[in-house]
This record gives sequence, C-alpha cells and structure tokens, in this order.
Amino acid sequence: MNAPISTTDTYAAPTPGASTFATSRPQNRLRTLWSAIGTNPKVLFGLSTVVLFFLVALFGPLFVRTDPNAFSSDILSPPSAAHWLGTTQTGQDIFAQLIYGTRVSILSGLATGLLVTILSVTIGISSGYLGGFVDDVLSLFINVFLVLPALPLAIVLAAYFPFKGPLTVSLVITVTSWAWGARVLRAQTMSMSRREFVYAARAGGESGLRIIFFEILPNEIAVVAAGFVGTVIFVILAEAGLEFLGLGNPTVVSWGTMFYWAQNNDALLLGAWWWFLPPGLCIAGLGAALAFINFGIDELANPRLRNEGRRLRSLQRKKALA
Amino acid sequence: MRHLLRRTGFYLVALWASITLNFLIPRLAPGNPAQALIARFQGRIRPEALHALEIEFGISNQSLWVQYLQYLNNLAHGNLGISITYFPTPVATVIAQDLPWTLALVGISVLISFVLGTLLGIFIAWRHGSALDSVFPPFLVFFSAIPYFWLALLALYTLGFTLNWFPLNGGYDISLAPDWSPAFILSAIQHGILPALTIVASSIAGWMLGMRNTMITTLSEDYVLMAEAKGLPDQRVMFNYAARNAILPNITGFALALGFVVGGALLTEIVFSYPGIGFALLQAVQNSDYALLQGLFLIIAVAVLGANFLSDMVNAALDPRVRQERG
Repeated sequence: MNAPISTTDTYAAPTPGASTFATSRPQNRLRTLWSAIGTNPKVLFGLSTVVLFFLVALFGPLFVRTDPNAFSSDILSPPSAAHWLGTTQTGQDIFAQLIYGTRVSILSGLATGLLVTILSVTIGISSGYLGGFVDDVLSLFINVFLVLPALPLAIVLAAYFPFKGPLTVSLVITVTSWAWGARVLRAQTMSMSRREFVYAARAGGESGLRIIFFEILPNEIAVVAAGFVGTVIFVILAEAGLEFLGLGNPTVVSWGTMFYWAQNNDALLLGAWWWFLPPGLCIAGLGAALAFINFGIDELANPRLRNEGRRLRSLQRKKALA
Repeated sequence: MRHLLRRTGFYLVALWASITLNFLIPRLAPGNPAQALIARFQGRIRPEALHALEIEFGISNQSLWVQYLQYLNNLAHGNLGISITYFPTPVATVIAQDLPWTLALVGISVLISFVLGTLLGIFIAWRHGSALDSVFPPFLVFFSAIPYFWLALLALYTLGFTLNWFPLNGGYDISLAPDWSPAFILSAIQHGILPALTIVASSIAGWMLGMRNTMITTLSEDYVLMAEAKGLPDQRVMFNYAARNAILPNITGFALALGFVVGGALLTEIVFSYPGIGFALLQAVQNSDYALLQGLFLIIAVAVLGANFLSDMVNAALDPRVRQERG
C-alpha cells in the first residue's frame, strides 16, 4: 500500500483517506502516457490525422455551404475550380459530399465504437469479476458470438430490418462485433481480481461496483483504449462495406453511400476516378491513423516491440560472439 | 481427452445457436418481411409454391415451437427450401453450384497470403530495427486500413478496365460450356487471377504483422541467444529456433481463416461478380430471397464453426500447455 503513495509525493493536495490511492494513480499514468505519446512519431502522426478529420467533421459543413444533394447541370465533370473534386452523374458536388459525409461517417463510427466498447466492457468485466455460474453463462454467450460469422450475420440482419439508415447499420455492427473485446477483458479481469489490491479493497469493505469501476477498470484502461481504437477502425470499414452493398440509407450522404452511388452509376466504367477515389482515401487515411495509434499503444504495452529491443539484442549478440 | 469433449460440446451449442438464430431472425424481424414478400408473389407463382413459402417463413397458425421442430426436421433432411431468385431451384442446389467457385478462389488466395505473409514476417523480424523493418510495417498498416472493396474496384479499374489485362467480371468466359476442358479451365484461371490478387494484397499484412510481433518476442529468448552462441548458421537459428516457436498463433489464425474461405470473400465476389457464395448472398438480399439468404448464412456459419473447432484441435495438438491448462 505504501509504494503507490510515495510515487505521488510530487503531486500536490492529496485528499485525505483512502481516496488518495484511487485518484492519484490515473493522474500519474496520464502524465507518463502523455510523455510517451510525445516521443512516439507513429502515435503523434496518428493522433494529429485523427484530430484533423475531427475538425473537418465538426466545422467543415460550416464552411462548405453547397448542398451535397443538390443537382446541377455540370454532369460528371472532372475536378475544376468550381467543383474541387468534380461532380457526380447528377451534377452533385463531390467535395461537398465528402465534407458532409465525413461528419456522418466519423460520428456514427465513433458512436458505434463507443457502444461496442461499453457492451464488451460491461459483459467482459462482469463475467471475469463475478466468476462462477454467471461467468459460465456469459462466457458461453461471448464465445458463441465470437464464432458466429460477423459480416454475413450483419448482412442478414440488415436485410431483414424494415428501415434503413445509419442507426440500423450501427446497431447491426454492435450486435455482431462486441464479443472479441469482451473476451479479452474477461481474461484481464480474471487475472486482475486475484491481485492483492483487489483483495485489500474487498477487505476494506468496498462494494463490488466500486471495485470494478475504481480498482479494476483503471488498470485495464490501455486494453480498453486499444480495443476502442481497433473497434472504430473495424466499424468504419464495416459501415462503408454495408452501405456500399446498399444496406444503408442511400439518401444519407456518407463515405459508404458515396461508394454505393458511384458503383451503381458505373463511375468506374465511365472513367470517373474523382468519384470513387476521395471517399476511399479518406477511409484509408483515417483507418491508418487509428491503426498507428494502436501500433503505439502496442509498443507502450510491450517494450520488446520497440526498436531499443533490437539494439539490446545486437549488443547481447556481440557480447555472445566476443 | 476431456479438453476434446468440452470443446466438442461447446461447438454443438454454437451450432444450435446459429441454427436457432437463423430460424428466429426472419420470424422476429419487425414489419414481417415474409408477409410483404408473399404479397409480392401473390398471383405470380403457383398456389402450392406460395403455400411452401408460407410454411418456410412461418406464416402459419401453428405455434413457434411446432414451426421450429418442422424447421429442424427440414434441415435434418437437407431441405433448405426453394430459391426465389433462381425459382424453382432448391436452395441446396444453388449452394452446391456456387460453393466450388468460392472454395477454389478464396482457398488458394488464403494459402498464398498465409505462406508469403508468414515468411515476410520472419525475415522482417530477423532484421528488426533495420530500414526494412521501419518501412514495411507502417506501409502495411496503411494498406490494411484501405476498405477492401475500394482496393478491388481500383484494381479492376486500372488492371482490368484501363490496361485491359484481365476480364472485368464473372468466373469464366460465358461463351464456353462449364466442363473440364482445357479452354474452360484456362478461362477460369484468367478470371480468378485479379480477385485472388486483391485478396492476397488485402490480407497479407495481418499475417506479416502477427508473425513479426511474436517472432520478435521469441528472438529475445535465451535459447535463441544460446543457438547463436553455439555458432549455428543464421538460417537454422531463424527457422528452427525462432520461427518454429513463434508460428503457433499464425497457424491457429490460418485454421480460422479457412472458415472464412466460405463466407469471408463476400465483397470480392460482389465486386468481381464472381459466381460464388458471396455473390449469391447479395443476390438473395437484393431479391428478398429469404430462403436462399438463410441457407447461405447456415453454410457460412457451419464452415466458420468447423474451422474454429479445427483450430482448437490444432492448437491442442501443437501446444502441450493448452492441453494441460484446460485438460
């Protein structure tokens, strides 16, 4: 119990009593995390790209006043000063569609990712912490959902839904993709709940919910964060895929529905590369940025993956050969 | 042995769950799609076919339990219903026609991708920290974040449409009769190269990164250092000491990927209009062909379950720790 408190000495105003323990640790970890991010070029690159996309999603539509659905007489024209990214077959401005689509795609990607994460955290941690019969039932549930094929199930579900739109797509993806994170968190929680600080908290009379949210969850935040980032990548790709197949609402402008219209109007065969290139580049750019963040989280969590490992190894090797 | 029994039991439960989901989804779907469908077909197909459809989708006065038992009974007799898209072909026949195309195309691509990706991962991990290692993984990360169907469309546009190197769609030249003649086989291979290329390109990064990361962990083990200290040739250390111990997750992954061979290339087949399971699934969705949709989902689910079971068994056979822990 003493060790963690001594590391927080440098931080001012520890509140008296047991709460010092719980509140100071995350602060400390946040600081180390922050300095690690600053020195990792991959994470830095990923984060700044994601922030850029965010800004476009938030403020882009304020600057681009062209209605993304408005038809015009400039049919299928290549990029020009009037239409930065050209127009569609019905004369819609692709740049405006891209900006408005960014808002829909990022918003639903993040919201769905959050929903999936909340579901997997709740089920995974309850299963791991409670153990016994509850764990048996929940982990069977998790494992069954884990082996059900996600994309085909999503397509089947979306096909049966009478109303189409971002909400349906997001629900379908949530149902089919929460299990992976739940399994990882269940395993983490099982090992965590046998650690001494959890025994101590229990002996101290803390309630189960408090132990879960204030003792166990903060220690798993890296796993949850990596899971969230990974899920958002998956969700954005899956949403684009489902919308491309026409399972979304084609009148809502998003990256996926832009593909749908481009494909349905044979943009490829008409040589209209400006129609299907931009949304793909956006998804790839955002996905790669998120993947870089995860790459960085991996390297933080597993020091062997960092490049120092190599230097150490070659040193060892030289020693061994000498 | 106990491990084997437990896993078998689990997969039976999972199989039951997917069959039951398949039964329940159309019956619990809001707005009753089946009713709408039958209304659409009223007067266009024979009354007995209409009646068959009604039974198929549970538009009957019988209780859900009776319908469920009927459904299970039909399944047990291999009766998956009748496809509307290809009326009046039974769903089972449609699936039997499409399955070989998917198995050949995706099976071969997955194998190539696994072998190439794993080898690449071994070499990159061996040169951990070199220029190769700092350029390759980030590049592949970017590559794997590209939406697959977009990559496929681009490949189709550049290699198929602009350069005219490959045919644009289909699984074979439709002027040829599907048989085992050399002309037909050649045409099938020609049509398969581009889809296969896109599958390999989009999945190789996963194999490579997985192999690289485990291999880096094993490379810092003492026995690898020991092997180097003994003066063994690099190649032997790389393959027999490090890679051999690092390949387990990739082999498990490979067994899993085999399950996705049946259903995992939906988008490939859709982009290339390839006559396989995925293309049939899209047709079923677009034509509201629920019998075909259900049948296809069942086949895909069974394949994935089978592959998971296989990967469990392979894992237990190769890694004694798995047997002991849960044994």
